[in-house]
Amino acid sequence: MDVLKEVGNIGAGHAATALSHLLNKPIDMAVPMVQLLPFERIAECVGGAEQLVLAVFLRVEGEAPGNLFFIMSPEAGKNLLQRLAGIEVEEGGMFSEMEQSALCEIGNILAGSYLSSLADFTNLVMTPTVPGLAMDMAGAILSYGLIQFGEMGDDALLINTTFLEGHNEVEGQFFLIPDPDSFTKIFEALGVPLENE
Amino acid sequence: MSDQKTIVHVGMADLNVAGPDGVLRTMGLGSCVGLTLYDPVTKIGGLAHVMLPSSAIAKEGQLNLAKYADTALPILLNKMRDLGASPQRMIAKMAGGAQMFAFAGAGDSMRIGPRNVESCREGLAMLGIPIVAEDTGGNYGRTVELDCTTGKFMIRSVQMGIKEL
Repeated sequence: MDVLKEVGNIGAGHAATALSHLLNKPIDMAVPMVQLLPFERIAECVGGAEQLVLAVFLRVEGEAPGNLFFIMSPEAGKNLLQRLAGIEVEEGGMFSEMEQSALCEIGNILAGSYLSSLADFTNLVMTPTVPGLAMDMAGAILSYGLIQFGEMGDDALLINTTFLEGHNEVEGQFFLIPDPDSFTKIFEALGVPLENE
Repeated sequence: MSDQKTIVHVGMADLNVAGPDGVLRTMGLGSCVGLTLYDPVTKIGGLAHVMLPSSAIAKEGQLNLAKYADTALPILLNKMRDLGASPQRMIAKMAGGAQMFAFAGAGDSMRIGPRNVESCREGLAMLGIPIVAEDTGGNYGRTVELDCTTGKFMIRSVQMGIKEL
């Protein structure tokens, strides 16, 4: 578990630095949580299955495949757009195509930095797919990343790292859900002996 | 008889049944399908939150039968029959099976939503249960509710608001 925490730490640490450079302000990071959770409880990490969230999703391919989500509240998304791109987002309503594309790109940059530091750390090849963006119910979005786990059981392992800004305002969360087979590879790559499956 | 309705929550990869004063609800359906069966005479309803199309792809030791379209359906039907519902009178309504993220050249696992829907349809056809209403596909999440008093099927989504079938 500590090894996986370190995995979350390293990835998110680099992503936090990237975000902090983009925004030109300090971004803090909470200690990553590594949990084996039943599907039901995963959406609770972001406020329940019906909570409206903005998510950038990337499928990780390569030697240790998995699913990576960068999740933020719609407000945090608006904030990001305003500060980074100077785009004033209208109150309420959905994001325009242009705004969505900008958000997707921001997510892509952060996720890319998460992955590349992880790949360096483990020496495993991990390549991100083209990211997708969605704003919808957390349950609907996150269940997408659980399909591979669904074939194995009713729990998924989640590496959850929260970004915090100044006043403990949650800026975003990274969810890494490695495919069930990927754990062995990550452990092996890091030279951690596996006790039992 | 009281007007008090009992809300029965159905979690992901789970199923449940309810009597005439029950409301079955499942939240945040993405590529999953909310499959409901209803007997209008006894007002007994059932809801399954189906996650995967077929148990044939299962790699788990202990199968969670509620998770797969092909195995959830017979269980739901039996559970309702135990409560006194008649399979001959049953009608089906379903929603979900969305494709939450659009990718070019996406693999098979990315098409899980439409595959879930297809599998539910096949299962229902095999049992001879008519699908009287469905709201499937699209790229958005849904929360669904089956009111067993009226048989009404309510679908709520962020983009489309509330819809009743």
